[in-house]
Amino acid sequence: MSLFFQLVTSGLATGAIYAALALALVLIFRATNVVNFGQGEMATFSAYCTWQLMQWGVPLWLAVLASLVGAFAIGIVTFRLIIRPMMDAPVEATVVITLGILVLFQAACMWIWGAEQLSFPSLFPGGGFGIGEVRVLASAVGTLAILLAIALAMGFIFRFTKLGLSMRAAAFDRTRSVLVGVDVERMLMLGWGFASVIGALAAILIAPRLFLSPTMMTPILFYALAAATLGGWDSPLGAIVGGLAVGVTESLGASYLPFVGADMRIAVPIALTLIILLVKPVGLFGSYKVTKL
Amino acid sequence: MTLLDIRDLSVFYGKTQALFDCSFSVGEGEFVALLGSNGAGKTTLLRAVSGLLPFKGSVFYAGKALDKISAQTRLALGVAHIPQGRGTFTEFTVEENLSLGATIVASRSQVREDKERWYETFPRLRERRNQLAGNLSGGEQQMLAVARALMSRPKLLMCDEPSLGLAPSITQEILAIFKSLNKENGMTLLVVEQNVDITLQYADRAFVIEAGQIVASGTASDLIGNEDIKKSYLGVAG
Repeated sequence: MSLFFQLVTSGLATGAIYAALALALVLIFRATNVVNFGQGEMATFSAYCTWQLMQWGVPLWLAVLASLVGAFAIGIVTFRLIIRPMMDAPVEATVVITLGILVLFQAACMWIWGAEQLSFPSLFPGGGFGIGEVRVLASAVGTLAILLAIALAMGFIFRFTKLGLSMRAAAFDRTRSVLVGVDVERMLMLGWGFASVIGALAAILIAPRLFLSPTMMTPILFYALAAATLGGWDSPLGAIVGGLAVGVTESLGASYLPFVGADMRIAVPIALTLIILLVKPVGLFGSYKVTKL
Repeated sequence: MTLLDIRDLSVFYGKTQALFDCSFSVGEGEFVALLGSNGAGKTTLLRAVSGLLPFKGSVFYAGKALDKISAQTRLALGVAHIPQGRGTFTEFTVEENLSLGATIVASRSQVREDKERWYETFPRLRERRNQLAGNLSGGEQQMLAVARALMSRPKLLMCDEPSLGLAPSITQEILAIFKSLNKENGMTLLVVEQNVDITLQYADRAFVIEAGQIVASGTASDLIGNEDIKKSYLGVAG
Protein backbone atom coordinates (compact mmCIF):
# COMPACT_ATOMS: atom_id res chain seq x y z
CA MET A 1 0.00 0.00 0.00
CA SER A 2 2.81 2.41 0.77
CA LEU A 3 4.09 1.97 -2.80
CA PHE A 4 0.68 3.11 -4.00
CA PHE A 5 0.76 6.29 -1.91
CA GLN A 6 4.35 6.89 -2.91
CA LEU A 7 3.36 6.71 -6.58
CA VAL A 8 0.32 8.94 -6.03
CA THR A 9 2.42 11.59 -4.30
CA SER A 10 5.05 11.69 -7.01
CA GLY A 11 2.28 11.57 -9.65
CA LEU A 12 0.60 14.59 -8.11
CA ALA A 13 3.85 16.56 -8.12
CA THR A 14 4.44 15.86 -11.82
CA GLY A 15 0.74 16.33 -12.48
CA ALA A 16 0.94 19.83 -11.02
CA ILE A 17 3.39 20.74 -13.82
CA TYR A 18 1.07 19.29 -16.46
CA ALA A 19 -1.81 21.12 -14.81
CA ALA A 20 -0.01 24.45 -14.94
CA LEU A 21 0.82 24.12 -18.63
CA ALA A 22 -2.69 22.82 -19.36
CA LEU A 23 -4.09 25.84 -17.52
CA ALA A 24 -2.06 28.13 -19.76
CA LEU A 25 -3.37 26.30 -22.86
CA VAL A 26 -6.97 26.49 -21.66
CA LEU A 27 -6.76 30.19 -20.77
CA ILE A 28 -5.57 30.96 -24.27
CA PHE A 29 -8.04 28.63 -25.93
CA ARG A 30 -10.95 30.19 -24.05
CA ALA A 31 -9.87 33.70 -24.89
CA THR A 32 -8.74 33.39 -28.49
CA ASN A 33 -9.90 29.96 -29.70
CA VAL A 34 -6.33 29.01 -30.45
CA VAL A 35 -4.46 25.95 -29.20
CA ASN A 36 -1.02 27.35 -28.59
CA PHE A 37 1.35 24.51 -29.45
CA GLY A 38 4.20 26.90 -28.72
CA GLN A 39 3.22 27.35 -25.06
CA GLY A 40 5.87 24.91 -23.82
CA GLU A 41 8.67 26.48 -25.84
CA MET A 42 7.69 30.00 -24.75
CA ALA A 43 7.97 28.66 -21.19
CA THR A 44 11.37 27.09 -21.87
CA PHE A 45 12.61 30.43 -23.14
CA SER A 46 11.60 32.02 -19.83
CA ALA A 47 13.38 29.26 -17.87
CA TYR A 48 16.54 30.02 -19.91
CA CYS A 49 16.13 33.69 -18.96
CA THR A 50 16.12 32.66 -15.29
CA TRP A 51 19.24 30.55 -15.84
CA GLN A 52 20.97 33.40 -17.69
CA LEU A 53 20.16 35.94 -14.95
CA MET A 54 21.63 33.56 -12.37
CA GLN A 55 24.78 33.19 -14.47
CA TRP A 56 25.06 36.95 -14.20
CA GLY A 57 24.87 36.67 -10.42
CA VAL A 58 21.23 37.49 -9.78
CA PRO A 59 19.84 35.52 -6.80
CA LEU A 60 17.48 32.65 -7.70
CA TRP A 61 14.19 34.08 -6.49
CA LEU A 62 14.85 37.47 -8.02
CA ALA A 63 15.83 35.82 -11.31
CA VAL A 64 12.58 33.84 -11.27
CA LEU A 65 10.55 36.95 -10.56
CA ALA A 66 12.22 38.90 -13.34
CA SER A 67 11.70 36.03 -15.79
CA LEU A 68 8.01 35.86 -14.93
CA VAL A 69 7.67 39.57 -15.66
CA GLY A 70 9.53 38.87 -18.90
CA ALA A 71 7.17 35.96 -19.64
CA PHE A 72 4.22 38.31 -19.26
CA ALA A 73 5.77 40.63 -21.83
CA ILE A 74 6.53 37.70 -24.15
CA GLY A 75 2.88 36.63 -23.98
CA ILE A 76 1.67 40.11 -24.80
CA VAL A 77 4.10 40.64 -27.66
CA THR A 78 3.30 37.21 -29.14
CA PHE A 79 -0.40 38.06 -29.04
CA ARG A 80 0.02 41.47 -30.62
CA LEU A 81 2.46 40.50 -33.35
CA ILE A 82 1.39 36.98 -34.24
CA ILE A 83 -2.06 36.10 -32.95
CA ARG A 84 -4.09 39.30 -33.26
CA PRO A 85 -3.67 39.67 -37.02
CA MET A 86 -5.01 36.16 -37.60
CA MET A 87 -7.49 35.68 -34.79
CA ASP A 88 -10.42 34.99 -37.10
CA ALA A 89 -8.45 32.80 -39.48
CA PRO A 90 -9.55 29.18 -40.02
CA VAL A 91 -8.36 26.68 -37.46
CA GLU A 92 -5.85 25.02 -39.84
CA ALA A 93 -4.06 28.33 -40.16
CA THR A 94 -3.94 28.95 -36.42
CA VAL A 95 -2.50 25.47 -35.83
CA VAL A 96 0.31 26.14 -38.29
CA ILE A 97 0.95 29.55 -36.76
CA THR A 98 1.22 28.25 -33.20
CA LEU A 99 3.47 25.42 -34.39
CA GLY A 100 5.49 28.27 -35.83
CA ILE A 101 5.67 29.82 -32.36
CA LEU A 102 7.00 26.47 -31.12
CA VAL A 103 9.74 26.40 -33.76
CA LEU A 104 10.55 30.09 -33.25
CA PHE A 105 11.15 29.85 -29.50
CA GLN A 106 12.93 26.51 -29.73
CA ALA A 107 15.27 27.91 -32.37
CA ALA A 108 15.83 31.06 -30.31
CA CYS A 109 16.84 28.98 -27.27
CA MET A 110 19.12 26.80 -29.41
CA TRP A 111 20.72 29.83 -31.03
CA ILE A 112 21.32 31.76 -27.81
CA TRP A 113 22.11 28.96 -25.37
CA GLY A 114 22.96 25.91 -27.47
CA ALA A 115 21.54 22.39 -27.38
CA GLU A 116 23.38 20.94 -24.41
CA GLN A 117 21.54 20.21 -21.19
CA LEU A 118 22.11 22.70 -18.40
CA SER A 119 21.54 21.99 -14.75
CA PHE A 120 18.96 24.19 -13.13
CA PRO A 121 18.63 24.86 -9.40
CA SER A 122 15.48 23.88 -7.50
CA LEU A 123 13.37 26.55 -5.84
CA PHE A 124 12.97 24.23 -2.87
CA PRO A 125 15.31 22.53 -0.37
CA GLY A 126 16.59 19.13 -1.48
CA GLY A 127 15.30 16.92 1.31
CA GLY A 128 11.91 15.61 2.21
CA PHE A 129 10.04 14.06 5.06
CA GLY A 130 8.28 10.80 5.78
CA ILE A 131 4.62 10.20 6.47
CA GLY A 132 4.55 6.60 7.65
CA GLU A 133 6.53 4.78 4.99
CA VAL A 134 5.77 7.30 2.29
CA ARG A 135 8.58 9.69 1.56
CA VAL A 136 7.45 13.12 0.41
CA LEU A 137 9.91 15.46 -1.29
CA ALA A 138 9.91 19.11 -0.33
CA SER A 139 9.93 19.97 -4.03
CA ALA A 140 6.72 17.96 -4.52
CA VAL A 141 4.98 19.86 -1.74
CA GLY A 142 6.33 23.16 -3.05
CA THR A 143 5.21 22.46 -6.61
CA LEU A 144 1.71 21.54 -5.48
CA ALA A 145 1.57 24.61 -3.24
CA ILE A 146 2.48 26.87 -6.17
CA LEU A 147 -0.18 25.25 -8.35
CA LEU A 148 -2.73 25.73 -5.58
CA ALA A 149 -1.71 29.38 -5.21
CA ILE A 150 -2.09 29.94 -8.97
CA ALA A 151 -5.49 28.25 -8.96
CA LEU A 152 -6.74 30.29 -6.00
CA ALA A 153 -5.42 33.55 -7.42
CA MET A 154 -7.05 32.88 -10.78
CA GLY A 155 -10.30 31.81 -9.16
CA PHE A 156 -10.31 34.99 -7.12
CA ILE A 157 -9.50 37.25 -10.07
CA PHE A 158 -12.08 35.65 -12.37
CA ARG A 159 -14.86 35.50 -9.80
CA PHE A 160 -14.46 38.58 -7.69
CA THR A 161 -12.74 41.32 -9.67
CA LYS A 162 -13.94 43.61 -12.40
CA LEU A 163 -10.85 42.77 -14.47
CA GLY A 164 -11.61 39.06 -14.20
CA LEU A 165 -15.25 39.59 -15.17
CA SER A 166 -14.19 41.58 -18.22
CA MET A 167 -11.64 38.91 -19.19
CA ARG A 168 -14.27 36.18 -18.94
CA ALA A 169 -16.71 38.30 -20.94
CA ALA A 170 -14.16 38.94 -23.69
CA ALA A 171 -13.46 35.21 -23.89
CA PHE A 172 -17.18 34.38 -23.95
CA ASP A 173 -18.32 36.72 -26.74
CA ARG A 174 -16.30 39.48 -28.34
CA THR A 175 -19.16 41.43 -29.95
CA ARG A 176 -21.29 41.47 -26.83
CA SER A 177 -18.28 42.54 -24.81
CA VAL A 178 -17.57 45.44 -27.15
CA LEU A 179 -21.17 46.57 -26.71
CA VAL A 180 -20.89 46.73 -22.91
CA GLY A 181 -17.63 48.65 -23.17
CA VAL A 182 -15.08 45.92 -22.46
CA ASP A 183 -11.73 46.66 -24.10
CA VAL A 184 -11.69 43.22 -25.70
CA GLU A 185 -8.26 43.41 -27.27
CA ARG A 186 -6.67 44.45 -23.99
CA MET A 187 -8.37 41.56 -22.16
CA LEU A 188 -7.21 38.97 -24.70
CA MET A 189 -3.72 40.43 -24.51
CA LEU A 190 -3.73 40.13 -20.70
CA GLY A 191 -4.98 36.55 -21.09
CA TRP A 192 -1.95 35.72 -23.21
CA GLY A 193 0.28 37.46 -20.68
CA PHE A 194 -1.10 35.53 -17.70
CA ALA A 195 -0.99 32.23 -19.59
CA SER A 196 2.63 32.85 -20.50
CA VAL A 197 3.51 33.50 -16.83
CA ILE A 198 1.82 30.28 -15.70
CA GLY A 199 3.59 28.30 -18.42
CA ALA A 200 6.93 29.84 -17.44
CA LEU A 201 6.37 28.80 -13.83
CA ALA A 202 5.76 25.22 -15.01
CA ALA A 203 9.06 25.25 -16.92
CA ILE A 204 10.99 26.71 -13.99
CA LEU A 205 9.53 24.07 -11.64
CA ILE A 206 10.30 21.10 -13.92
CA ALA A 207 13.74 22.27 -15.12
CA PRO A 208 15.67 20.94 -12.08
CA ARG A 209 14.36 17.43 -12.81
CA LEU A 210 14.60 17.35 -16.61
CA PHE A 211 17.63 19.63 -17.04
CA LEU A 212 17.28 22.73 -19.16
CA SER A 213 17.36 22.17 -22.92
CA PRO A 214 15.55 23.74 -25.89
CA THR A 215 13.25 20.71 -26.18
CA MET A 216 12.67 20.30 -22.44
CA MET A 217 8.95 21.18 -22.55
CA THR A 218 8.04 19.35 -25.76
CA PRO A 219 7.02 16.07 -24.05
CA ILE A 220 5.33 18.04 -21.25
CA LEU A 221 3.15 19.73 -23.87
CA PHE A 222 1.73 16.35 -24.90
CA TYR A 223 0.75 15.60 -21.32
CA ALA A 224 -0.74 19.09 -21.00
CA LEU A 225 -2.75 18.61 -24.20
CA ALA A 226 -4.07 15.33 -22.78
CA ALA A 227 -4.86 17.08 -19.49
CA ALA A 228 -6.73 19.94 -21.16
CA THR A 229 -8.70 17.50 -23.29
CA LEU A 230 -9.46 15.36 -20.27
CA GLY A 231 -10.67 18.30 -18.20
CA GLY A 232 -12.43 20.17 -20.99
CA TRP A 233 -10.86 22.86 -23.13
CA ASP A 234 -12.99 25.68 -21.75
CA SER A 235 -12.56 24.87 -18.07
CA PRO A 236 -9.60 26.12 -15.97
CA LEU A 237 -10.70 23.83 -13.15
CA GLY A 238 -10.79 20.97 -15.65
CA ALA A 239 -7.20 21.72 -16.69
CA ILE A 240 -6.04 21.44 -13.08
CA VAL A 241 -7.97 18.27 -12.30
CA GLY A 242 -6.98 16.86 -15.70
CA GLY A 243 -3.29 17.64 -15.11
CA LEU A 244 -3.25 15.97 -11.71
CA ALA A 245 -5.18 12.96 -13.04
CA VAL A 246 -2.75 12.57 -15.94
CA GLY A 247 0.22 12.78 -13.56
CA VAL A 248 -1.18 10.18 -11.18
CA THR A 249 -2.30 7.69 -13.85
CA GLU A 250 1.06 8.02 -15.58
CA SER A 251 2.92 7.30 -12.37
CA LEU A 252 0.65 4.38 -11.38
CA GLY A 253 0.55 2.92 -14.88
CA ALA A 254 4.30 2.88 -15.29
CA SER A 255 4.71 0.86 -12.11
CA TYR A 256 1.65 -1.36 -11.98
CA LEU A 257 1.26 -2.27 -15.63
CA PRO A 258 4.38 -4.29 -16.43
CA PHE A 259 3.85 -4.18 -20.19
CA VAL A 260 3.84 -0.38 -20.13
CA GLY A 261 7.16 0.27 -18.45
CA ALA A 262 9.04 3.53 -18.53
CA ASP A 263 9.12 4.02 -22.29
CA MET A 264 5.39 3.74 -22.86
CA ARG A 265 4.25 5.63 -19.78
CA ILE A 266 2.66 8.45 -21.79
CA ALA A 267 0.26 5.88 -23.27
CA VAL A 268 -1.59 5.45 -19.98
CA PRO A 269 -2.91 9.02 -19.55
CA ILE A 270 -3.66 9.18 -23.28
CA ALA A 271 -5.71 5.99 -22.94
CA LEU A 272 -7.50 7.48 -19.92
CA THR A 273 -8.26 10.62 -21.92
CA LEU A 274 -9.67 8.55 -24.78
CA ILE A 275 -11.92 6.62 -22.42
CA ILE A 276 -13.21 9.83 -20.79
CA LEU A 277 -13.86 11.38 -24.20
CA LEU A 278 -15.88 8.35 -25.26
CA VAL A 279 -18.13 8.87 -22.25
CA LYS A 280 -18.06 12.68 -22.17
CA PRO A 281 -16.90 14.23 -25.46
CA VAL A 282 -16.33 17.71 -24.01
CA GLY A 283 -14.11 16.45 -21.19
CA LEU A 284 -14.90 16.24 -17.50
CA PHE A 285 -15.68 19.92 -16.91
CA GLY A 286 -16.13 21.15 -20.47
CA SER A 287 -19.36 22.77 -21.55
CA TYR A 288 -18.80 23.97 -25.08
CA LYS A 289 -21.07 22.84 -27.85
CA VAL A 290 -20.23 19.63 -29.62
CA THR A 291 -21.30 19.10 -33.20
CA LYS A 292 -22.49 15.59 -33.77
CA LEU A 293 -21.90 14.12 -37.18
CA MET B 1 -32.45 69.61 -30.23
CA THR B 2 -31.04 66.88 -32.46
CA LEU B 3 -29.23 64.15 -30.55
CA LEU B 4 -28.48 61.72 -33.37
CA ASP B 5 -28.01 63.05 -36.87
CA ILE B 6 -27.39 60.54 -39.63
CA ARG B 7 -26.45 61.90 -43.06
CA ASP B 8 -25.88 59.86 -46.22
CA LEU B 9 -24.96 56.77 -44.26
CA SER B 10 -23.72 53.87 -46.39
CA VAL B 11 -22.41 50.57 -45.11
CA PHE B 12 -20.64 47.85 -47.06
CA TYR B 13 -20.03 44.20 -46.23
CA GLY B 14 -17.01 43.63 -48.43
CA LYS B 15 -18.29 44.66 -51.86
CA THR B 16 -21.95 44.24 -50.99
CA GLN B 17 -23.66 47.47 -50.06
CA ALA B 18 -26.19 47.07 -47.25
CA LEU B 19 -27.18 50.70 -46.63
CA PHE B 20 -27.58 53.40 -49.30
CA ASP B 21 -27.26 57.06 -48.27
CA CYS B 22 -29.62 56.84 -45.32
CA SER B 23 -30.40 60.15 -43.66
CA PHE B 24 -32.54 60.82 -40.63
CA SER B 25 -32.31 62.34 -37.22
CA VAL B 26 -33.53 61.67 -33.72
CA GLY B 27 -34.25 64.57 -31.39
CA GLU B 28 -33.28 64.59 -27.73
CA GLY B 29 -36.04 62.99 -25.68
CA GLU B 30 -37.75 61.43 -28.69
CA PHE B 31 -38.95 57.84 -29.01
CA VAL B 32 -38.26 56.87 -32.62
CA ALA B 33 -38.96 53.54 -34.29
CA LEU B 34 -37.08 52.22 -37.28
CA LEU B 35 -39.39 49.83 -39.09
CA GLY B 36 -38.58 47.37 -41.80
CA SER B 37 -38.81 43.76 -42.81
CA ASN B 38 -36.09 41.13 -42.51
CA GLY B 39 -32.87 42.07 -44.25
CA ALA B 40 -33.92 45.69 -44.79
CA GLY B 41 -30.78 46.99 -43.06
CA LYS B 42 -32.13 47.87 -39.61
CA THR B 43 -29.55 45.89 -37.68
CA THR B 44 -26.74 47.12 -39.92
CA LEU B 45 -27.74 50.69 -39.18
CA LEU B 46 -27.62 50.20 -35.42
CA ARG B 47 -24.30 48.39 -35.67
CA ALA B 48 -22.84 51.29 -37.61
CA VAL B 49 -24.03 53.82 -35.03
CA SER B 50 -22.74 51.83 -32.03
CA GLY B 51 -19.34 51.23 -33.61
CA LEU B 52 -19.48 47.56 -34.61
CA LEU B 53 -19.27 48.39 -38.33
CA PRO B 54 -17.36 51.03 -40.29
CA PHE B 55 -19.47 53.33 -42.45
CA LYS B 56 -19.36 56.02 -45.14
CA GLY B 57 -21.20 59.30 -44.72
CA SER B 58 -21.59 60.89 -41.35
CA VAL B 59 -23.14 60.15 -38.00
CA PHE B 60 -23.26 62.96 -35.46
CA TYR B 61 -24.12 62.29 -31.86
CA ALA B 62 -24.65 65.41 -29.73
CA GLY B 63 -22.75 67.31 -32.41
CA LYS B 64 -19.74 64.94 -32.44
CA ALA B 65 -18.79 63.01 -35.56
CA LEU B 66 -18.68 59.32 -34.54
CA ASP B 67 -16.67 57.82 -37.40
CA LYS B 68 -13.28 58.07 -35.67
CA ILE B 69 -14.58 57.25 -32.20
CA SER B 70 -14.27 53.70 -30.75
CA ALA B 71 -17.30 51.67 -29.67
CA GLN B 72 -16.16 51.96 -26.07
CA THR B 73 -15.96 55.75 -26.24
CA ARG B 74 -19.36 55.95 -27.94
CA LEU B 75 -20.78 54.02 -24.99
CA ALA B 76 -19.11 56.42 -22.59
CA LEU B 77 -20.65 59.32 -24.52
CA GLY B 78 -24.07 57.77 -23.91
CA VAL B 79 -24.85 55.56 -26.91
CA ALA B 80 -26.07 52.13 -25.76
CA HIS B 81 -27.02 49.32 -28.12
CA ILE B 82 -29.04 46.25 -27.11
CA PRO B 83 -28.31 43.80 -29.92
CA GLN B 84 -30.72 41.46 -31.61
CA GLY B 85 -31.31 38.30 -29.60
CA ARG B 86 -30.66 40.25 -26.34
CA GLY B 87 -26.88 39.80 -26.28
CA THR B 88 -26.92 38.67 -22.67
CA PHE B 89 -23.94 36.76 -21.34
CA THR B 90 -25.80 33.49 -20.93
CA GLU B 91 -23.12 31.72 -18.90
CA PHE B 92 -22.90 34.60 -16.43
CA THR B 93 -25.27 35.32 -13.55
CA VAL B 94 -27.87 38.08 -13.74
CA GLU B 95 -25.83 40.12 -11.28
CA GLU B 96 -22.64 39.64 -13.33
CA ASN B 97 -24.49 40.76 -16.45
CA LEU B 98 -25.44 43.98 -14.70
CA SER B 99 -21.84 44.44 -13.51
CA LEU B 100 -20.67 43.98 -17.09
CA GLY B 101 -23.14 46.63 -18.20
CA ALA B 102 -21.30 48.99 -15.88
CA THR B 103 -17.84 48.19 -17.29
CA ILE B 104 -17.23 51.83 -18.20
CA VAL B 105 -18.46 53.13 -14.84
CA ALA B 106 -15.61 53.83 -12.44
CA SER B 107 -17.62 54.59 -9.31
CA ARG B 108 -18.54 51.49 -7.29
CA SER B 109 -21.24 53.33 -5.38
CA GLN B 110 -22.88 54.35 -8.65
CA VAL B 111 -22.89 50.70 -9.76
CA ARG B 112 -24.48 49.59 -6.47
CA GLU B 113 -27.05 52.38 -6.65
CA ASP B 114 -27.99 51.59 -10.25
CA LYS B 115 -28.28 47.85 -9.63
CA GLU B 116 -30.65 48.59 -6.77
CA ARG B 117 -32.64 50.95 -8.97
CA TRP B 118 -33.09 48.49 -11.83
CA TYR B 119 -33.84 45.62 -9.47
CA GLU B 120 -36.69 47.85 -8.21
CA THR B 121 -37.90 48.29 -11.79
CA PHE B 122 -37.44 44.60 -12.67
CA PRO B 123 -38.22 42.66 -9.48
CA ARG B 124 -37.96 39.35 -11.30
CA LEU B 125 -34.30 40.05 -12.00
CA ARG B 126 -33.69 40.56 -8.29
CA GLU B 127 -35.29 37.19 -7.53
CA ARG B 128 -32.98 35.59 -10.05
CA ARG B 129 -29.86 37.64 -9.46
CA ASN B 130 -27.66 34.59 -8.80
CA GLN B 131 -29.01 32.47 -11.63
CA LEU B 132 -27.33 32.13 -14.99
CA ALA B 133 -28.80 34.46 -17.58
CA GLY B 134 -29.16 31.53 -19.97
CA ASN B 135 -31.71 29.94 -17.61
CA LEU B 136 -34.03 32.96 -17.74
CA SER B 137 -37.14 33.06 -19.91
CA GLY B 138 -37.00 35.07 -23.15
CA GLY B 139 -38.87 37.98 -21.59
CA GLU B 140 -36.64 38.02 -18.52
CA GLN B 141 -33.55 37.92 -20.72
CA GLN B 142 -34.82 40.92 -22.67
CA MET B 143 -35.43 42.76 -19.40
CA LEU B 144 -31.92 41.84 -18.30
CA ALA B 145 -30.56 43.14 -21.60
CA VAL B 146 -32.40 46.43 -21.03
CA ALA B 147 -31.27 46.72 -17.41
CA ARG B 148 -27.71 45.90 -18.42
CA ALA B 149 -27.72 48.62 -21.07
CA LEU B 150 -29.11 51.09 -18.53
CA MET B 151 -26.18 50.38 -16.16
CA SER B 152 -23.98 52.57 -18.38
CA ARG B 153 -26.45 55.46 -17.93
CA PRO B 154 -27.03 56.03 -21.65
CA LYS B 155 -28.66 59.10 -23.16
CA LEU B 156 -29.53 57.28 -26.38
CA LEU B 157 -30.81 53.74 -25.97
CA MET B 158 -30.94 51.72 -29.18
CA CYS B 159 -32.71 48.38 -29.12
CA ASP B 160 -32.72 45.83 -31.93
CA GLU B 161 -36.01 43.92 -32.23
CA PRO B 162 -37.08 43.59 -28.63
CA SER B 163 -40.13 41.59 -29.76
CA LEU B 164 -38.05 38.79 -31.29
CA GLY B 165 -39.27 35.49 -29.90
CA LEU B 166 -41.48 37.11 -27.26
CA ALA B 167 -45.21 36.83 -26.67
CA PRO B 168 -47.09 40.03 -27.64
CA SER B 169 -47.94 40.77 -24.00
CA ILE B 170 -44.24 40.65 -23.03
CA THR B 171 -43.34 42.85 -26.00
CA GLN B 172 -45.95 45.36 -24.80
CA GLU B 173 -44.40 45.24 -21.33
CA ILE B 174 -40.91 45.96 -22.70
CA LEU B 175 -42.14 48.78 -24.91
CA ALA B 176 -44.06 50.24 -21.97
CA ILE B 177 -40.81 50.26 -19.98
CA PHE B 178 -39.12 52.10 -22.88
CA LYS B 179 -42.00 54.57 -22.91
CA SER B 180 -41.64 55.29 -19.20
CA LEU B 181 -37.84 55.67 -19.51
CA ASN B 182 -38.60 58.12 -22.30
CA LYS B 183 -41.30 60.06 -20.46
CA GLU B 184 -39.95 60.02 -16.92
CA ASN B 185 -36.18 60.02 -17.45
CA GLY B 186 -36.10 61.90 -20.74
CA MET B 187 -34.15 59.09 -22.36
CA THR B 188 -33.95 59.11 -26.15
CA LEU B 189 -34.96 55.84 -27.79
CA LEU B 190 -34.32 54.32 -31.18
CA VAL B 191 -36.11 51.01 -31.45
CA VAL B 192 -35.79 48.76 -34.48
CA GLU B 193 -38.83 46.58 -35.12
CA GLN B 194 -40.75 44.48 -37.60
CA ASN B 195 -43.76 44.39 -35.35
CA VAL B 196 -45.29 47.57 -36.71
CA ASP B 197 -48.63 47.89 -34.95
CA ILE B 198 -47.41 47.30 -31.41
CA THR B 199 -44.37 49.55 -31.86
CA LEU B 200 -46.34 52.46 -33.28
CA GLN B 201 -48.53 52.46 -30.17
CA TYR B 202 -45.51 53.59 -28.17
CA ALA B 203 -43.20 55.51 -30.51
CA ASP B 204 -43.53 59.22 -31.34
CA ARG B 205 -42.14 58.96 -34.83
CA ALA B 206 -41.00 56.25 -37.20
CA PHE B 207 -38.86 55.73 -40.25
CA VAL B 208 -39.38 52.89 -42.68
CA ILE B 209 -36.33 51.23 -44.18
CA GLU B 210 -36.44 48.95 -47.19
CA ALA B 211 -33.55 47.37 -49.08
CA GLY B 212 -31.08 49.65 -47.34
CA GLN B 213 -32.89 52.91 -47.98
CA ILE B 214 -35.17 55.09 -45.90
CA VAL B 215 -38.41 55.04 -47.89
CA ALA B 216 -40.95 56.68 -45.61
CA SER B 217 -41.25 58.58 -42.38
CA GLY B 218 -43.89 60.22 -40.29
CA THR B 219 -45.43 60.50 -36.88
CA ALA B 220 -46.66 57.29 -35.36
CA SER B 221 -50.27 58.38 -35.70
CA ASP B 222 -49.81 59.11 -39.42
CA LEU B 223 -48.21 55.76 -40.08
CA ILE B 224 -50.68 53.74 -38.04
CA GLY B 225 -53.43 54.65 -40.47
CA ASN B 226 -51.33 54.38 -43.63
CA GLU B 227 -52.20 51.02 -45.11
CA ASP B 228 -50.22 51.69 -48.31
CA ILE B 229 -46.93 51.97 -46.52
CA LYS B 230 -47.67 48.97 -44.37
CA LYS B 231 -48.57 46.86 -47.40
CA SER B 232 -45.72 48.03 -49.61
CA TYR B 233 -42.83 47.88 -47.22
CA LEU B 234 -43.65 46.08 -44.06
CA GLY B 235 -45.28 42.91 -45.26
CA VAL B 236 -48.44 43.62 -43.33
CA ALA B 237 -51.50 42.26 -45.11
CA GLY B 238 -54.31 44.80 -45.30
